[in-house]
Amino acid sequence: MRTAVVVFPGTNCEHDVVHALTALGGEAELVWHRETDLSGFEGVVLPGGFAHGDYLRTGAIARFSPVMSEIERMADQGRPVLGICNGFQVLCEAGLLPGALIANRDLAFICRFVDLEVTDTGTVLTGAAEIGQRLRIPLNSYEGNWVDPSHTGRVALRYVDDPNGSQQSAAAVANEGGNVVGIMPHPERGVDELLGSSDGRVLLEGFLHSLIPA
Amino acid sequence: MKVTVEITRRPEIADPQGTTIQRALHDLGHNEVMSVRVDRVIHLEVEGEDSAQVQTRVEDMCRQVLANPVLEDFTVEVVR
Repeated sequence: MRTAVVVFPGTNCEHDVVHALTALGGEAELVWHRETDLSGFEGVVLPGGFAHGDYLRTGAIARFSPVMSEIERMADQGRPVLGICNGFQVLCEAGLLPGALIANRDLAFICRFVDLEVTDTGTVLTGAAEIGQRLRIPLNSYEGNWVDPSHTGRVALRYVDDPNGSQQSAAAVANEGGNVVGIMPHPERGVDELLGSSDGRVLLEGFLHSLIPA
Repeated sequence: MKVTVEITRRPEIADPQGTTIQRALHDLGHNEVMSVRVDRVIHLEVEGEDSAQVQTRVEDMCRQVLANPVLEDFTVEVVR
């Protein structure tokens, strides 16, 4: 089963995601943002970076990229859709996840390992984890402060020690169905002890397990 | 026609940039500053003769992309 890893102009974590998914036994392929047919894929990941330069607002231009209508279709069909960091911001702008991401509370670009706690295992990202499980993976963002005036987001992971002011200390948020998930820290950078952590594996393994044949 | 769009973050949504600027102003002794909000102004030049029509079109643009309805409100002013 194949996962599309979407590349916008300015995306920069796509190879890390392909590497991580492949290392975990998955099949992943880079897809340019102008692609209009993802029918050959069972899931999709929007990786981190600065899609379209983050101009206007993070994700604001990316949501109009041609590939987004296919991502909306997959989301509607219940297929796994995962946004990491900038991908999370794109999914919020596209209305596929509730809320929006604003500048970190202390206006610091945060680039360090953070401790997370699993709070909901009913999502495509956390299905292989256990409630209360602690994970340590890198965070690397300036606009990671999630706000959700609608109070409809499912918080799948929370920061143990909130670094950025995120509502409910949310580090990962899912839609009602649990098939669309945005995560601000980078699980793909925590799949090998050589990188300082392999705690991201349980998340990406959960994502791969959630793929079902088309 | 020249159009000015002002995009403002809703009062109930935090503005970390405004808070930081306010703190800096207080550090400089400007303790009378009660609040600071940083907003965004976008200047457009739009083809058209009918200012009401231009106004409506730009408001559509705001709803579609220029503002994020989750966080922001907007005002559109057709200058001439």
